[in-house]
Amino acid sequence: MKSEIIIAGFGGQGVLSMGKILAYAALFEGKEVTWMPSYGPEQRGGTANVTVIVSDEKISSPILSEYDTAIILNQPSLDKFESKIKPGGNLIYDPYGISTPPQRTDINVYRINAMDVAAEMANVKAFNMLVLGGFLNVCPVVSITNVLKALHKTLPQRHHNLIPLNEEALKRGNEAISPVSQA
Amino acid sequence: MEENEILLMKGNEAIAHAAIRCGCDGYFGYPITPQSEILETLAVEKPWETTGMVVVQAESELASINMVYGGGATGKRVMTSSSSPGVALMQEGITYMAGAEIPGLIVNVQRGGPGLGTIQPSQGDYFQSTRGGGNGDYNVIVLAPASVQEMADFVDLSFTLAFRYRIPVIMLSDGVIGQMMEKVVLPPFKPRRTEEELRQECPWAANGCKNRKKNIVTSLELDPHAMELHNIHLQEKYKEIKEKEVRYEEYMTEDAEYLIVAFGSAARIAQKAIELCRAKGIRVGMLRPITLWPFPSQAIKTLAQKAKGILSMEINAGQMVEDIQLAVQGCVPVFHYGRMGGIVPTPEEIVNEVEKMKQ
Repeated sequence: MKSEIIIAGFGGQGVLSMGKILAYAALFEGKEVTWMPSYGPEQRGGTANVTVIVSDEKISSPILSEYDTAIILNQPSLDKFESKIKPGGNLIYDPYGISTPPQRTDINVYRINAMDVAAEMANVKAFNMLVLGGFLNVCPVVSITNVLKALHKTLPQRHHNLIPLNEEALKRGNEAISPVSQA
Repeated sequence: MEENEILLMKGNEAIAHAAIRCGCDGYFGYPITPQSEILETLAVEKPWETTGMVVVQAESELASINMVYGGGATGKRVMTSSSSPGVALMQEGITYMAGAEIPGLIVNVQRGGPGLGTIQPSQGDYFQSTRGGGNGDYNVIVLAPASVQEMADFVDLSFTLAFRYRIPVIMLSDGVIGQMMEKVVLPPFKPRRTEEELRQECPWAANGCKNRKKNIVTSLELDPHAMELHNIHLQEKYKEIKEKEVRYEEYMTEDAEYLIVAFGSAARIAQKAIELCRAKGIRVGMLRPITLWPFPSQAIKTLAQKAKGILSMEINAGQMVEDIQLAVQGCVPVFHYGRMGGIVPTPEEIVNEVEKMKQ
């Protein structure tokens, strides 16, 4: 079993840390994993993306041109990556900030109103964990238990009081995702 | 962290942790993307409080390499790291180290050039590393890690080789391997050498000459006869390294009709391309040079006997391809594929090139 995932959005949305938490959770599952970020000036307010590969077997290339799943959090990322999803693959997007919705009919499209739920929770920082929760509903590549373990590992000790909030976000995200169209 | 714990970290971070754990005495460096996490990790870990390893943010790359020259001349295990333009600045120091036979480690996490170029990954410094970017007849050992695990493992290996042959060693990595995170088990902890051990291992070192005759560590020799003898000695040393230290890995070469030669991150991408080719029924294999100098010429020559074509896949305009051509001496067609300027080729592009080679 191998999942090739791209997460893309604006710098500051928590794209890289979402990928990092997913990668750590995969590590705790005993799986092979690579985390390859875009790096450089484009992260400051521009687009940021990270490729995460989770596999039962050793991973060759950390760089890919097609993905099983794309998690898309802004319009430039949708424009860039919609065409790069494998037929039959998944596209997960938050309509907030998307002006032209996805067009493809040979992939499964899911929508998650993570920004709205984050506003309801009155905590915009929960945004990326809402999206991750939604993703794990569609592709349960790692367990929520291991995601929580990953949060413990990646968050500095002084932020561990935020873990219950993140747990709630994962749960609400898990429920907030819905299919738009199926291949 | 516990011994043998499986960790997740960036290649750059793995280098810093490995340096602390393999008894490195000093690191001297100047920040530059995409390798700044090496210095940052050392600053977080504060090894000067635990192992006594010195960490200095120098004022420039010139200062860094000359601090390595000085530390190495006293027999200490010292290192620096930088990225392409920074390593270009260091070339004078590296040729002086080669001339004076000073061991030391230089890590190059390559980015696209020429000049200040880009901060994105590249393998454009193959010539700079293997041909000697500095003056005179010299070589340095060049290791090319292709995973975060090798970033960790090659630090100790580099120091071992550097001191065995009194030679600078370059770890030639790039922005892909430096920036990506994957699983790694850090090498076991090894204490720094004591003064006694250092004196035994490095009787040549300039570290105080009480009760012995003085050692001179220099690359300057104005008598041409003595200088030629020194050059002959260096060439003999390089010959011995070529005989003993060639390292490479073969992947699916047993039944391969076509051969890809690739190193570092390019080898990872090529491996995926081979998976895709095999799924299409094309029998492709790979030779991955681990030492770029000494180059695995003999192994490539042997594989060339049964290959219909060889593709040199590099993230540059075609540099290693010349070493492959020299190795196979025209007995099989040799092609090159690469991207430049910080663009990393995709596995599909390589599959395309293999299919072209078949025609």
